[in-house]
Amino acid sequence: MIQETHSDTIVASPVYTRYIYIKKKKRLVASHFCRLPLSVVELFKVGESFTAAARDQFQEELVIRPLHSGDIYASFQFRTLWDTDFLQERQKVSHYRLFPKSLGQVLSKFSVRELHISFTQGFWRTMQWGQPFIPSPPGAELWVWFHDTVSDVDGNWKELTNVLSGIFCASLNFIDLTNTVQPSASFKPLGLGNATDHRFLRYATLPREIVCTENLTPWKKLLPCGSKAGLSVLLKSEKLFHSSFHSQAVHIRPVCQDEQCTSKAWELRQTLNVVFDLYTSGQGKKEWSLFKMFSRTLTEACPLATSSKVYVDITDNPELFELSPATPLLSQAVVLGDRRTYSVFDLTRAEMFGQLRSLNLLLRWKGDSDMLRPLLHAERYVAGFGLQTGEIHTVIYNNHPYRAFPVLLMDSVPWYLQLYIHTLTVTSKSRDNKPSYIHYQPAKDRHRPHLLEMLIQLPPHSMTEVTVQFERALLKWTEYTPDPNHGFYVGSSVVSALVPSMVAMNTNFTQDQPLFSSFVPVKEESSYFVRVYTEPLLVNLPTPDFSMPYNVICLTCTVVAVGYGSFYNLLTRTFQVDEPSLPLAKRLANLIRRIRGVPLLA
Amino acid sequence: MAFSLDTNCGLLNHNIIGPIYCTSTIFPPDILITQFWFNYRHVANTLSVYRSVKRLGIPDSHIVLMLADDMACNYRNPKPATVFSHKNMEFNVYGDDVEVDYRGYEVTVENFLTPRSKRLLSDDRSNILIYLTGQTGNSHGGNGFLKFQDSEEISNMELADAFEQMWQKRRYNELLFIIDTCQGASMYERFYSPNLMALASSQVGEDSLSHQPDLAIGVHLMDKYTFYLLEFLEEVHPASQANMNDLVSVCAHRVSVSPGHHTDLFQRNPGSVLITDFFGSVRKVEITKDTINLTSSVKSGSGDMQIESLTYVDQLPVAEIIHQKPKQKDWHPPDGFILGLWTLILLVFFQTYGIKHLKHIF
Repeated sequence: MIQETHSDTIVASPVYTRYIYIKKKKRLVASHFCRLPLSVVELFKVGESFTAAARDQFQEELVIRPLHSGDIYASFQFRTLWDTDFLQERQKVSHYRLFPKSLGQVLSKFSVRELHISFTQGFWRTMQWGQPFIPSPPGAELWVWFHDTVSDVDGNWKELTNVLSGIFCASLNFIDLTNTVQPSASFKPLGLGNATDHRFLRYATLPREIVCTENLTPWKKLLPCGSKAGLSVLLKSEKLFHSSFHSQAVHIRPVCQDEQCTSKAWELRQTLNVVFDLYTSGQGKKEWSLFKMFSRTLTEACPLATSSKVYVDITDNPELFELSPATPLLSQAVVLGDRRTYSVFDLTRAEMFGQLRSLNLLLRWKGDSDMLRPLLHAERYVAGFGLQTGEIHTVIYNNHPYRAFPVLLMDSVPWYLQLYIHTLTVTSKSRDNKPSYIHYQPAKDRHRPHLLEMLIQLPPHSMTEVTVQFERALLKWTEYTPDPNHGFYVGSSVVSALVPSMVAMNTNFTQDQPLFSSFVPVKEESSYFVRVYTEPLLVNLPTPDFSMPYNVICLTCTVVAVGYGSFYNLLTRTFQVDEPSLPLAKRLANLIRRIRGVPLLA
Repeated sequence: MAFSLDTNCGLLNHNIIGPIYCTSTIFPPDILITQFWFNYRHVANTLSVYRSVKRLGIPDSHIVLMLADDMACNYRNPKPATVFSHKNMEFNVYGDDVEVDYRGYEVTVENFLTPRSKRLLSDDRSNILIYLTGQTGNSHGGNGFLKFQDSEEISNMELADAFEQMWQKRRYNELLFIIDTCQGASMYERFYSPNLMALASSQVGEDSLSHQPDLAIGVHLMDKYTFYLLEFLEEVHPASQANMNDLVSVCAHRVSVSPGHHTDLFQRNPGSVLITDFFGSVRKVEITKDTINLTSSVKSGSGDMQIESLTYVDQLPVAEIIHQKPKQKDWHPPDGFILGLWTLILLVFFQTYGIKHLKHIF
């Protein structure tokens, strides 16, 4: 597909399409800033002053966190902040610089207030890896808040999913009313705003969606520097997909432009989380480097970025940890309820890259230390036997020693698993736990899935189990997928909670806060918001034998042909006596006898 | 202030300044329609044609790629995000910038014949290349159709009718149809629209063979016909003068099956048709030395600045959520006091009005 670039659009001329080559190359000029001769640099600067009115900025960041199991977690965040208003009716935005035009047009056409889309391969193991910076469920997930001027939210949603499916090369066009829900309390907007009328929220998930290079390619094309400069040179698909967990997401929302928060700016965050396995990628040694993880090293920062940093988490066992090249820059940040120390590598400083103009970080650590148990953890499984009934169990663990906190559990079950809500039980510590808020919207066959939302208070240091029984429906034979024996997927449950924090969280919003700590807005110091996704379920539905119509037709035709055919023959066949033909000698003799007039032989 | 275009061009890409190549817009859909891991070779076939076509200049906006199953990121693939066409993992045809338009369950007969979205906007000057690979009816009687995802099929008559419709609506100038399956020639038997050329990997009654297995991956990597086709296309470059006769003879003598071709409906002589007419594309670029004045960007300043400070929404407002719905009280059976009260009232009633009315109750 044609990628609209971020460079100056010379659209005044009617031969617009012919300039595509020119435009693409201009972007490459920007990215190879350092290497071009001086005359070109001046040319570019002249261009810069022309666009001095542009109020967009771009920041990129990579956080590397060694995990206790020996794996390593890398989280990329690319943020474009743009002070403009897409939803203004008076003038259409037509001048795009760092913000990708395809997404800008989507936002203005469908009056989108917030858009969150993620593609994930693998499942995040909270108990082994801790909490991710940005959680996501396996498969594809899309949730959108529309502006309150929209009159037909469902129509906009349908068109939006089709457009996004083309932009990201994913099968998002399978999102329709049978797997879209409208949560009533979960998924509050992460951006600025006052009104939260849930009629304008839509949420859908496709657990079966596969993520591969064809999804990464358009995602990389949305970045201002593409995959040519900065941190995005590390994003090589052969290494990224050979990992235990890979998730790429796009989050668009309105945020505060500055610390006083008097005006809005649009923020586009592209995040990529990947966990490399110790044995498949690391060859069993707790020794990681950028080259080993990504098969590339860093050569320069993106010239269009105002800040380009690499953070390495060195909080755990600082004596046994070895990081090279050493850097004196340290930074502390409170993230996910914990105060962590990071070594900072600022890529905008040329001395980072040394003589060889390449930066390859090396991390080595020995020994094991105890991991802090994550405070909130959830699991889900299907119990029962046979192909008629079953039971869904969702188990939520609260590992805090003395504090209880409420969680909001949202379950969206497809219509072909018919839930019996009268069998819903919530038990904590083997006692009944009544939720303080239940919202249930029953499914309508082939129209709407089940939606169950509950606000449950989790007692400290406990396990809460939510069970509900269901019956499997028999689908019409055209509704089965080409491989129905694989099973049907049920999307992950979402558990949203305000978890008590051990360290005071930072409620002030500062411009130079690292990106990974400023994703979720923090309203109070004593708790932080976290979202945990459970496993998706794979459920077998009673599957008919698809060769039966053919068998039936063959059998019926045979029976009809043999039975009716013989009967018809018996009724309508007439018998005639057939005289046997005489041998030649007797025929001659008969001929002679006829001449003689004598009676003939038999 | 405006840039003068030749300054840009001269510094960046010398190929743009030069003779203007003749263009024809070219739209090749590449289609693979079988599922399951053992059909790895069909994906490799399609991707190798896709790669050649992209290498020869056709942009992704003019290519529709349909892959019915995901091989590159399949859990069985020992090297994720790769699809190899040569054994010993020499040649990764998946690459780094592949864009698949239809994948998985989206590859259906309906989306192939009449796509509702992601379609090619071809016109009557477009040359179209269609490459199909998959499985047809086997040699035990069942030719003339092609299976889609093991659950649907498209017959050769439907294909012929679809091409005729395209011709009536003036959606193509010339069309090249390549099919790599068993009994491929049966699929183009029924074509009747003009300007169609068809190539198939095997005749009716013959099977198309696969080429090489790879022991590490465990499946066959390519089909023979496409393997030789790819070898041939690797030598073609955008200014090549190779013509259709070379393409038709690419696999003729090397293998036991005989590829077929159908050029009767084609109006031009195949010897005069260049390969790059279908597989490659060069776009017309006009160079101008005039400068263009761009108006300064509209200062979209929001006239009325919002004075009040904006806030973020509370992520989990517990109190607000609980009071969203009115609390429904459970129904309790009446307790002792109420029962006693009603018994008293009834007794007083019957005492006043006499016991004979009691029989009307029971």
